[in-house]
Amino acid sequence: MKRTLVAIVDDKPGVLARVSSMIAKRAFNIHSLAVGPTQQPGRSRITLVVDAPELEQLTKQLRKLVNVIKVQELKQDEALEREIMLVRVTSRPTDRGKITDTAAMFQATTVDIGPASVTFSVTGSPDVLERFLELMRPYGIAELVKSGRIALSRDTRALRATG
Amino acid sequence: MADIEPMNGSQALLRALEYEGVEVIFGVPGGAILPAYDPLLDSPIRHVLARHEQGAGHMAEGYALTSGRVGVAMVTSGPGATNLVTPLLNALLDSTPMVAITGQVATSSIGSDAFQEAYTTGLAMHCTKHSFLVTDADDISDVVHEAFHLARTGRPGPVVVDLPKDVLSAPSRWREPVEMTLPGYKPASRGHQPQIRRAIELLEQSERPVLYVGGGVVKADAPAELLAFAEASNAPVVTTLMARGALPDDHPLALGMPGMHGTYTATTAIQRSDLLFSIAARFDDRVTGDPDAFAPDATVIHVDIDPAEIGKVRATEVPIVGDARIVLGQLLDELHRQRGGRGTTERSDWLGQIAEWQRDKPLSYEQPADGPIKTQFFIEQLQEATEGDAVIVSGVGQHQMWVSQFWRFDDPRRWANSGGLGTMGFALPAAIGAKVAHPDEVVYALDGDGCFQMTCQELATAATEGVPIKIAVFNNRGHGMVRQWQTLFYDGRYSATDLGGGAPDFARLAEAMGCVGIRVEHPGEVRPAIEKSLAIDDRPVVVEVMVDPDELCFPMVPAGGSNDDIAMRREDLA
Repeated sequence: MKRTLVAIVDDKPGVLARVSSMIAKRAFNIHSLAVGPTQQPGRSRITLVVDAPELEQLTKQLRKLVNVIKVQELKQDEALEREIMLVRVTSRPTDRGKITDTAAMFQATTVDIGPASVTFSVTGSPDVLERFLELMRPYGIAELVKSGRIALSRDTRALRATG
Repeated sequence: MADIEPMNGSQALLRALEYEGVEVIFGVPGGAILPAYDPLLDSPIRHVLARHEQGAGHMAEGYALTSGRVGVAMVTSGPGATNLVTPLLNALLDSTPMVAITGQVATSSIGSDAFQEAYTTGLAMHCTKHSFLVTDADDISDVVHEAFHLARTGRPGPVVVDLPKDVLSAPSRWREPVEMTLPGYKPASRGHQPQIRRAIELLEQSERPVLYVGGGVVKADAPAELLAFAEASNAPVVTTLMARGALPDDHPLALGMPGMHGTYTATTAIQRSDLLFSIAARFDDRVTGDPDAFAPDATVIHVDIDPAEIGKVRATEVPIVGDARIVLGQLLDELHRQRGGRGTTERSDWLGQIAEWQRDKPLSYEQPADGPIKTQFFIEQLQEATEGDAVIVSGVGQHQMWVSQFWRFDDPRRWANSGGLGTMGFALPAAIGAKVAHPDEVVYALDGDGCFQMTCQELATAATEGVPIKIAVFNNRGHGMVRQWQTLFYDGRYSATDLGGGAPDFARLAEAMGCVGIRVEHPGEVRPAIEKSLAIDDRPVVVEVMVDPDELCFPMVPAGGSNDDIAMRREDLA
């Protein structure tokens, strides 16, 4: 099962290797990975999607790394998840209208048009991106790249205040 | 002001080590670490020149295990660092505090496959608690102090400080350690009080409790607190291989070691217990056997300083994260508080049952008067001859299990062995480290011929460095424990476990290395050889003991089997 793990780490050389090799030690596969700066200088945030039956032991092991400040598994219902995708759809001139109509419904941006293809940039939750691909697949997907998933936990306090 | 005194990186390194109270470094020099060896000549720190970096690492471990202080090894880059990998992992698995200083190629050459380059911090990733690569000479002093802090606090372990050659030679400075900024490192200390209360409630209700004590009690220097708690709670105590002696073996509540080759009573008491009170043990597979069949009726309380150990193998009803010494103190206070004026819980049925097991299923072996010699007999004779007053170090395998079974431990700091990693070759260098820590005590390594041949070059270290250890080599002419499995589980098909009939002659090897060599072939020669070895104090002594290659180590629970199926003798194995 795919699970989302978020780690706040020291922004130092070798820290990503320590984190990813701990996952390798457990023989889990990393499905996606995104690393970037946070609001706090000197801290990076790593978002990982890992194929694993459970993450409790891994989470505890990651917490033992001296450069890891915080680790948390984000459960599906408490996570705000986004990915960005660049996708080149094969497009015959007769299909082009239908393709761009569909893309518009996803607020996809056209970033390149060639004689035989249209390239879109799509942003959204993993589900939205998957649905977009489903609808484009009949035309033919020539090339596809996804960023690693990024995720934040929902502001549960805000939910409680309004609910 | 110390911090403006001009010095280079190597001098800052030595100054930092001196500040940390380091009295000895075990090492082997080489190209990249050369700058650090120069100021060593002017330092009060002693250097013990090992013959191989693995030896240096195990010496540091033996020193640390028997003294409670941080052991220090220093080696060069490349092969120096790779040779240190085994001791580092050994120290990680046995939570031994250790700092390794490794030379590295110059910063400008890192990553270029330079001569004697190894990616040491990469190698260290899974065999240390933490590692540092220092690229700015100004950081050396802070990093060394952080390394010692990490090695000795929390769950202790090995830390690598990798120092490129140019960094060692560059201008640097030493400054007194200030408060450390390690936001990702917060070792636990006190246990959560509601959990302490719950643990004592369960203990007081329990009819058949067992205190399952691991090496963390030794690391936390908590044997006195353990004794007080065990006596107050009147609960029997099993001590794992890493905790032998945490409660003295002659104490009425001490049941010995549990597990694959543990005593019947220790192993069975856990199986029948209704409350398994684990204190700084980690439910190792050598203790649990089949985890699903382990202590099937027991509620589990698990005290550990490392939250990752709790619930890893066995679901835990009461987790307590904290330092064993502090938590044992909290538990004792809480026990007294809950009891008010009431006396100790009797538990006469349970303790009576345990006494019956001890009477009916003791450890046993037979020593025929005309030989062959049994390793167990030598161990008992050594105990008598020394009256137990010795630091004992063992290798890995049958002899290790027999030492754990037959030596009567009374102080866990007078015992060193390789537990988690099972590193053959540990005993001789670790004994050197132990003797450096305890120069006035008898340090006796008990080793097998297979183990001994993995690090026997360190005899030269012992002889030339003036470290007069004693080492008994139990020569069964093979890899005894592997051979035992071949006897029991592979129809006696002996594949690659025979180390040869007559060679080498270890007594003569010892003499060639500058040690005294004694060879013992008959049971009647055992005691005189021991007495002779104890009388020699100016040189290391090797006692080669020709033992029975067919002797099997029992009790035994076959790997992965249920601890209910403990076999006392070969015939018990289906």
